[in-house]
Amino acid sequence: MKPALDWLDSRTGYKRLLHETLFENVPGGARWRYVWGSTLAFCFVIQVITGCFLWLAYSPSSQTAWESVYYIQHEMWGGWFLRGLHHYTAHAMTVLLVVHLMQVVIDGAYKAPREFNFWSGIVLLLLVLSLSLTGYLLPWDQKGYWATKVATNIAAITPVVGPELQKAVIGGSDYGHHTLTRFFALHAGIIPGCIILFIVGHVYLFRKHGLTPKLPRRRPDAAFWPDQVLRDAVACLAVLGVVLFLVFRYHGAELGAPADPSEQFSAARPEWYFLFLFELLKYFPGGTEVWGAIVIPGLLMAVLTAMPFIANWKLGHRFNVMYLWCMLAGVGVLTALAWKADRSDPEYARAVQAARRDADRVVELARSPDGIPVTGAVTLLRNDPLTQGPKIFAKNCASCHRFDGHDGLGGQPKDKPSAADLKGFASRAWLTGLLDPEKVATAHYFGATKFADGKMVKYVQEDIAGFNAEDKQALQKAIAALSAEARLKAQRDLDRRDEALIEEGTKALIGSRLGCMECHKFHDDGEENAPDLTGYGSREWLVAFISNPAHERFYGDRNDRMPAYLEEKSLSSQEIGLVADWLRGEWYTPAPTAAQ
Amino acid sequence: MEPNGDSPAQDRRAFLTKASAVVIGGSLVIPPVVAGLCVFLDPLRRKSEAGASVLVATLNSLPEDGEPRKFSVLATRVDAWNRTPNVPVGAVYLQRLKDNKVRALNVVCPHAGCFVDYRAANHHYFCPCHNSSFGLDGSVQDPKSPSPRGLDELPVEVRNGGEIWVTFQNFRAGVHEKIPV
Repeated sequence: MKPALDWLDSRTGYKRLLHETLFENVPGGARWRYVWGSTLAFCFVIQVITGCFLWLAYSPSSQTAWESVYYIQHEMWGGWFLRGLHHYTAHAMTVLLVVHLMQVVIDGAYKAPREFNFWSGIVLLLLVLSLSLTGYLLPWDQKGYWATKVATNIAAITPVVGPELQKAVIGGSDYGHHTLTRFFALHAGIIPGCIILFIVGHVYLFRKHGLTPKLPRRRPDAAFWPDQVLRDAVACLAVLGVVLFLVFRYHGAELGAPADPSEQFSAARPEWYFLFLFELLKYFPGGTEVWGAIVIPGLLMAVLTAMPFIANWKLGHRFNVMYLWCMLAGVGVLTALAWKADRSDPEYARAVQAARRDADRVVELARSPDGIPVTGAVTLLRNDPLTQGPKIFAKNCASCHRFDGHDGLGGQPKDKPSAADLKGFASRAWLTGLLDPEKVATAHYFGATKFADGKMVKYVQEDIAGFNAEDKQALQKAIAALSAEARLKAQRDLDRRDEALIEEGTKALIGSRLGCMECHKFHDDGEENAPDLTGYGSREWLVAFISNPAHERFYGDRNDRMPAYLEEKSLSSQEIGLVADWLRGEWYTPAPTAAQ
Repeated sequence: MEPNGDSPAQDRRAFLTKASAVVIGGSLVIPPVVAGLCVFLDPLRRKSEAGASVLVATLNSLPEDGEPRKFSVLATRVDAWNRTPNVPVGAVYLQRLKDNKVRALNVVCPHAGCFVDYRAANHHYFCPCHNSSFGLDGSVQDPKSPSPRGLDELPVEVRNGGEIWVTFQNFRAGVHEKIPV
């Protein structure tokens, strides 16, 4: 073995390199306070490894970025773990950078002749923060999209070159494919490349000037190997432990709903370590933003950079240490303020909840047998009745109607309901209520409409109220038959089971005992003086009704206040379809087995 | 190591050698850097297409009491190599005014580009990012508001007795002036 190693050494000189690496002098012996630089190097290695593997599965474009991250997170073996590792190591790295900076300043390791070492460290700090910023956008989810938009808009207020800088960074006048290709190139190539260069320089300068010993020296000098190496390794293990804990605790990193420029996202917040900057911007009234976003942070960084010179004054070092503590306290206070404001804001809590709901829903849809279309996952949510139905309902229907007592989204419109509550529309339960003499004239049904005094209400309150047991039985069957016309998903099994009952009900519906056909039409029977009950509550019926309730088939000129949504172009036929599907409970739900 | 220049001619030759080495060596990186920069800076010469007027909603869909409603603006979205017709390119708040006139405000906050919220309880617009608030006419109400200008009003036209056509446009954030992007 030895001759072979000697041969290798004579050709490469590796022994000297190894010796220099391992037998660096540690003045005063190994100490725990010297571990921080190594933990950072360790984090960087984790990021390079996990980042390269993520790279192998990531696709930067506005139709594939979210989709490929979804695939990593939810479909690929251990993808959530890989992403989680990358995500939480990034957090750990930010914390460790601050700790390392504190230790360097407190121990005076920034003073002459180590100025360049200190400055290269500051550059590394900024480079790592830029990695965080660029990485936040790459999943192309709502959170990353809106938070990064704020950051790039701030870039645009940079004096002189701002707008051009912004355009160059986002690759155009708006976010799109080129924003992702640029951010990805920065995140995975350019910035890490710069970091490697600066780490080499940083370590070279560190070795050139040697370690700054913490005085007094407690023990005699020792070599880096093995005592300090062991301490460094234990510290790295602890960092890894914390990261792993976070990965398992939160089951990897969050992935929101895909970015949608037309979809409100009130839960937009930067990553927690940028929250102080976010909070700072709240205190600068219109037009003075440049102070909060650029001038003040710039000045703070300038003082930090000047620390090696400030240290030449008598009280310089004390000033530097105090300055750093104050800056840290300021950041802490601003972060706490931002947190507090969000915690006490019910609107924010609602926005976060809505964001989670959309995020969960889009994953459900992406996992459906249809999968994600080439147009991207954003269309999954745009075409999903469960997601869009309540929004369309709240905006267009809820000024009169209610859904289970609310506006579809859980809110309360300012006017009282003046039309029926449509939760469960056309279901047996809903129809049973409608035909209940006690309920028909309440606001839940016709009570607040002009039909409150109409023939139907009169029929229910007078005729049905006087029904004998046999009539009531016929009515129940008729309700089952009418409800079966809707072909509701929730009643599919019930309708199938009650086939015989429904057949009897159909006879009852068109029979003279109940008298429905005196006004209504049902398939080939009846009169056309009231809404046609053929296909009542079915998708086709509901879409046609919403499109124009004043059509002859429905209320004709007896229509109350309901607008003809399609004819008046208030809603597109797609939107009407979505709200109809939602009212009918017709949306994709994962089969219980598929969910497992 | 350089030989010591004994004569001015040798000095001159040594200088020329050094200068040439630096110039030639340095100029070698120009082609790749220039080529790269050209492509990198290409977005600077691209202008967003001037917003054409698009049908956003109808008068019937706006409450008569003047409460604003949010609508997506569907138009052709150009994203580098993709042109997608009839997709949301942004959103507007529409508000019915007297005499069937309509006010259209871009939903994007002029401060830093977040999506502003209409808060019915306070009858104002509120930005969930940095707490700017705006009146119903889009104006900045609170002098401490971080937004440098009011919400961006967009040209709007009511055609054919009720169709609301909006000329959609985004504007640069963070400045007093309303500069289209």
